[in-house]
Amino acid sequence: MEINKDLIAASSTPIVLAMLAEEDSYGYAILQRVQELSGGRMEWTDGMLYPVLHRLERHGFVEARWETAENGRRRKYYSITPAGREQLAEEHRQWEAVDATLRSLWSALRDSLPAPDAGAAGRAAGSGPLPQGA
Amino acid sequence: MTTPDPAARLEEQIDRWRSFLRRRRAIHATDVAELEDHLREQVAGLTGAGLDAEEAFLVAVKRMGALDDLSREFAVEHSDRLWKQLVVSSGDGAEAAGARKDAIVAFCLAAAAAVAIKVPALFGLDLGRDAAFYLRNASLFVLPLLTGYFAWKRGVDARTIGWLAAAFVAAAVFANVYPFQAQVPGSAAHDPGYTELLTALHLPIALLLVVGIAYAGGRWGEVAGRMDFIRFSGELFIYYVLIALGGAVLTGLMAMTFQSIGVDVEAFFQYWLAPCGAAGAVVVASWLVEAKQSVIENMAPVLTRLFTPLFAAVLVTFLATLVLTGRGVQIERNVLIAFDLLLVVVLGLLLYSVSAREPGAPPGLFDWMQVVLVVSALLADAVALWAIAARISELGFTPNRVAALGENVVLLVNLAWSAVLYLRFLGGRGGFARLEKWQTDYLPVYAAWAAVVVIVFPPAFGYV
Repeated sequence: MEINKDLIAASSTPIVLAMLAEEDSYGYAILQRVQELSGGRMEWTDGMLYPVLHRLERHGFVEARWETAENGRRRKYYSITPAGREQLAEEHRQWEAVDATLRSLWSALRDSLPAPDAGAAGRAAGSGPLPQGA
Repeated sequence: MTTPDPAARLEEQIDRWRSFLRRRRAIHATDVAELEDHLREQVAGLTGAGLDAEEAFLVAVKRMGALDDLSREFAVEHSDRLWKQLVVSSGDGAEAAGARKDAIVAFCLAAAAAVAIKVPALFGLDLGRDAAFYLRNASLFVLPLLTGYFAWKRGVDARTIGWLAAAFVAAAVFANVYPFQAQVPGSAAHDPGYTELLTALHLPIALLLVVGIAYAGGRWGEVAGRMDFIRFSGELFIYYVLIALGGAVLTGLMAMTFQSIGVDVEAFFQYWLAPCGAAGAVVVASWLVEAKQSVIENMAPVLTRLFTPLFAAVLVTFLATLVLTGRGVQIERNVLIAFDLLLVVVLGLLLYSVSAREPGAPPGLFDWMQVVLVVSALLADAVALWAIAARISELGFTPNRVAALGENVVLLVNLAWSAVLYLRFLGGRGGFARLEKWQTDYLPVYAAWAAVVVIVFPPAFGYV
């Protein structure tokens, strides 16, 4: 199952902000986390994350700083700002509303639609475009 | 070509990938660094999962996304980057530090030029009362500093600097030792006389050569070095005009706002803002040209592209009208100057389009347009010269007329031979480089003629 581009784009802001609300992070780690949490179902093109991070930075939702990582490379870390937390709360409310609406519709249609979980369960375990932890 | 060591091979591949990214305007150096860190993490993760370095690199690059898509995404987020921001040099690294140092030196020299023009006032020379002094020496307040800027920037050797300095000293001597006569004998106010005005007009032209030698910084002997100076001069002119327009707006607004509170700032403009601004702006404009030369397309060739067809059309129409109506050129006082100006404009159009033309490109429509322009200008000028020659003894040889005639000859020779070279090029009997070489070789001729006017004319015409 591939999630369509519009959905990925729309959900990128809350996902990135929520991850940064947990702890400061950098691009590669954020992508790894997305892979992990979605069980490989959310496929972001790696490079596209960075314009998103830069947009959030421009809006003042995140702040960036360069640090030297343990392997000696310079790495750009992002952290969430108070404005970012507000934005995250707002996104949360909106997504809850969307989610609640869809949930009630799904339950009304339960009998006429095929169950979504049948295929996804198998995929979540070992899929993803490449072996993750081998 | 393959390096046996996989680590070195990987570095090589990453280098190449990085250089591809760098070419994208929307992706800045810091972004490249960020993406590279990502790529290396990804490669490390994949090799840890059992892939070899080569495979890991390919997969990591693929996951990064197509370069065009990536570049487009960055451009959407950073649309400002498609507009080259020039004055605010951001970023870090040696390049930005060099640019900052360059800007600081340029602004210090601009300030020095602004101060220099006020120094004579300390010795009681008034900008209004002693206008003639300031006119004669205007270029000497600014051009030495500009020359100094380029001498510093290009690291010109001490011997050349000595010669350049000597040229300025000589210019200062010739501008100031001659006992110039006032235009109105006996009048208290020293209005500049004819030869004095000629000196004021020609000294900057002669001294531009000195600036050019410093600008070329050891490459003056090469066609390419001199051609760079030609390109520079066109851009300098455009930037100077833009700065002057901005200055005019500033002046106007300031006058209006201060007038509203009843304060007259005219004296401040006349004695401080205008002269200091005009002097400093030369250095600032030069710095701008230098700073942006690799960033923005040159404007002068763009303007020549726009105006060459228009000027050609006007000149052809003029010639046609001349023939059809049978009118002669009216010999008035300024007719020679008018035709000199025409030739200067045509030469400018030719020069700056030559400066931007790819020498290897085959002849095109625009080249024919150039030839039409030059030939019609030559014909128009020939008609005017013919009319003047017939009456020159009757009109008399005043310094202005001789200077204008000399200029006309200098320009005519250049354009005539240019037309010949251009036609040979269009006929496939000679490369375009010949025309480039002719134009760049001719640069010292302008300076030489200007020097003759400055040095020989005043004594020859009795300092009137």
